[in-house]
Amino acid sequence: MIPLLIYIVIFVAAFFIVTKVVQGAGLHDYTSLKTVTFGDESAVRPNRAAGVISILTIFLMWGIFTGSSLLPGFLHAPGPFEGTTTFTYTAQVEGQAPDDATVTVVVHPRDVETDAPEIEPGDGFAKNDSAAIAQWRTGLINVARNDEISKSDGNTVIAINGQKIAPGETVEVEGGSVTLSDKGTPNFQPRKGWQMEPLYLPSPEAVWSRSIEIVKDGFRNFTLLEHLGYSLFRVVVGFMLGALVGIPLGYAMGLSDWFRGWFDPIVEFMRPVPPLALIPLVIIWAGIGEAGKIILLFLAALWIMAIAARSGVSGVKISKVHAAYSLGASKWQIMRYVIIPNSLPEIFTGARVAMGVCWGTVVAAELVAAEQGAGMMIMTASKFQNTDIVIMGIILIGVIGFGIDMLMRWAERILVPWKGKG
Amino acid sequence: MTGLSIENLSMRFELPNGDHVQALQDVSLELKAGELLSVLGPSGCGKTTLLNIVAGFLAPTSGKLVLNGHEIKGPDAERGMVFQQGALFEWMSVRENVGFGPSMKGTPKRDKDETVDHLLDVVGLQDFKEKAVYELSGGMQQRVALARCLANDPDVILMDEPLGALDALTREKMQSLVLKLWKETGKTIILITHSVEEALLLGERLIVMAPRPGRIHKEYRLPFADLGVDADLREVKKHPEFGPRREEILNMIWDMEEEIMGGKEDAA
Repeated sequence: MIPLLIYIVIFVAAFFIVTKVVQGAGLHDYTSLKTVTFGDESAVRPNRAAGVISILTIFLMWGIFTGSSLLPGFLHAPGPFEGTTTFTYTAQVEGQAPDDATVTVVVHPRDVETDAPEIEPGDGFAKNDSAAIAQWRTGLINVARNDEISKSDGNTVIAINGQKIAPGETVEVEGGSVTLSDKGTPNFQPRKGWQMEPLYLPSPEAVWSRSIEIVKDGFRNFTLLEHLGYSLFRVVVGFMLGALVGIPLGYAMGLSDWFRGWFDPIVEFMRPVPPLALIPLVIIWAGIGEAGKIILLFLAALWIMAIAARSGVSGVKISKVHAAYSLGASKWQIMRYVIIPNSLPEIFTGARVAMGVCWGTVVAAELVAAEQGAGMMIMTASKFQNTDIVIMGIILIGVIGFGIDMLMRWAERILVPWKGKG
Repeated sequence: MTGLSIENLSMRFELPNGDHVQALQDVSLELKAGELLSVLGPSGCGKTTLLNIVAGFLAPTSGKLVLNGHEIKGPDAERGMVFQQGALFEWMSVRENVGFGPSMKGTPKRDKDETVDHLLDVVGLQDFKEKAVYELSGGMQQRVALARCLANDPDVILMDEPLGALDALTREKMQSLVLKLWKETGKTIILITHSVEEALLLGERLIVMAPRPGRIHKEYRLPFADLGVDADLREVKKHPEFGPRREEILNMIWDMEEEIMGGKEDAA
C-alpha cells in the first residue's frame, strides 16, 4: 500500500511540476495551438519528460524499498532493526516470589555469522539469557533452559518488561516484539521495517554486481552470452524455417482455391492454439534438446507467416493485377512484380508478430526444460533463490525482445517504404 | 481491317440465390481505329462490364469481339487500361511504373529509357522521374497511369473513369491532356465516365447506356472533341450546341434513374 501511495504521489507531483511549471511557456508548434486535444489522437504525443521520470521513478522506488546504497540514506524506507536489544521477563514458580531476568538479543544481517553474546547469569532462580537472530527472522528463546527451576517443574513466564503476558499474546519491546508461544516460550521478532528482504527483492546495485559476476564467470557451465545466444539462435532458426514453409504456403493459399480449401481448416485450427500448449507434445516427441525447441518455434512461426502471406496476396487490389495483365505481364511476372512486392508489408508485419511470439515461446520452453538459455537461467536461479539473477534475466529478456521488435521495424522501414501508401 | 467491332454481346450470370442478372444484352458497336468513344449511363447499366469484356478480364456469355481482325480472348498488351486510381505499383518509382510494359516484353534498356523519357516529357513529369508514386498528387498519379499505358503502344486504350477521383481544376487540365494525347497518338480510346460534361467534351462519339438489361440507349456524334484539341475547353463549353446536348443527356439519365428508383419502390 505504502509503495503504491508513494508512486501515485510522485506521478501527480511530477505532472504538476512538469506541465504547469516547467513547460508552461514551452513549445509553440502547430499542435500546441490546438484547442481541441481531448479526443484528438494526433494531439496526444508521449511526453518525453514523463517517460524519463517514469523510468527514474521505477529505479527510485526500487532503491527506496531495498535500502540501495545508490540513494542517500534519508530517502530509504525505514530498514529492519540491527544491533543489540534487551528485554526482561518475569518467571514464576509456585510457592516462590516471581523473579526477573534480562534477555540480550543481537539482531544481525543474514549473511553475517554472529554468536549470542556472553552475559552474566545474574541472581535469583531465573538467569539472564542471550540470543542471536538474523534480520527478517524470528527466534524462540528458551529462557527457562538455564534457570534453576526447569519448565517441567512449573517455571512459567508471566510478564515481559513488566507487562503481563499469556501464551499467544504479544508485547512490543525495543527493536521488535515478543510473542509467547503456545508452550510458554518467548519468541522474539526483530522489527522488519518497510524495506524488502534481499531474498525477495535485491537492491539495484546487488543485481548489477551479480550481473557483472555472471558476465565474467558465466552461469551453470555457460557464459551469459552463450545462454542468450542459444535462445536467440533457437528463435532465429525456428522463425526462419517457419517463414520458409509458411510464406510459400500462404502464397499458395492466396492463389489457388484447392490449396485454400485444403489448408484453411488446418491453419485456422492451429492459429489459435497457443504455442505453449504444444510444449508437452513436442517434449514427448522430440525431447528437451535443440530439435524439440526448434520444432516448437517452427510451429509458432509457421501459422503466423502463412496467414500473413495469404492476406498479403488477398490484399492485392484487383486493378493492379488487371493493369499488369493489360501491360502484357505473364503469370510469373505478375507474381514477381505485383503480388510479391504487394504482400511484403503484410509479411513484415507477420514476421514482427512471429518473432515476438517466438521469443516468448523460447523462454517458456526453456523454463520447462533446457540445458542452457535465458529461460533456463532464470528458472534455475529461482530454484536456488538467486533472486538477483532472476531479475537480471527478466531485464535482459525484455531488452532483447524490445531489440528484436526495433530491428524488425527498422528493416521494415528500409525494405518496404511503400507500406500503407497504396 | 482495323478497328474494334463488338457484335451482339450479351452477358448474363447467375446469382447464388438462383436469380440471374442480364448485365448486357445484344450490344453491338463498331469502332474505327483512332476513334474516341465515351460511354455514359446510370450505375448498373453495364458500362464497366462492357469495358472489362473488351479488356479481356471477363468472357461474355454470347457475342463476338474482334480487334484488328482477330478475336479477343483475354487480356493483352494491345489493349491498355487506365483505372480510376490505385492501379500504380507503389513499390516502383515513376520511371519504373512507366517502363513496366516494355520491361515485361524484354525491350532493350536503351529503347525503354527513350520511350519512358519521351512519355514523361509528354505528360510533364520529367522532374519526378525518380520519385515514388505515392509521393505524387492524384493528378500526377493519373499522368503516370496514362504514360504507363502509352509506353506499351497499345491499339486501344480503355479508361475506366480515369479522372473520377480528381478535383475539378485538375480534372479540366487532365481532360485537355487526354485530348492532346488522343490527337498526337491516334489511339482508339473508350472512356467510361460519370460526368456528362466530360463525356461531351472528350467523346468524338458518345453512347448512353440504359440498365436492366444493359444496352445501348442512344448514340451521338459530337464535334466538341475536335474543337477541344486546339481550343480551351471552357471555350468549347460555350458552343451553342453544348448546353442543349448536356440538358438532353442529363434528362435522359435522370429519367432512367427515376425509373430504377420507381421500380424499386414498386417491388417493395
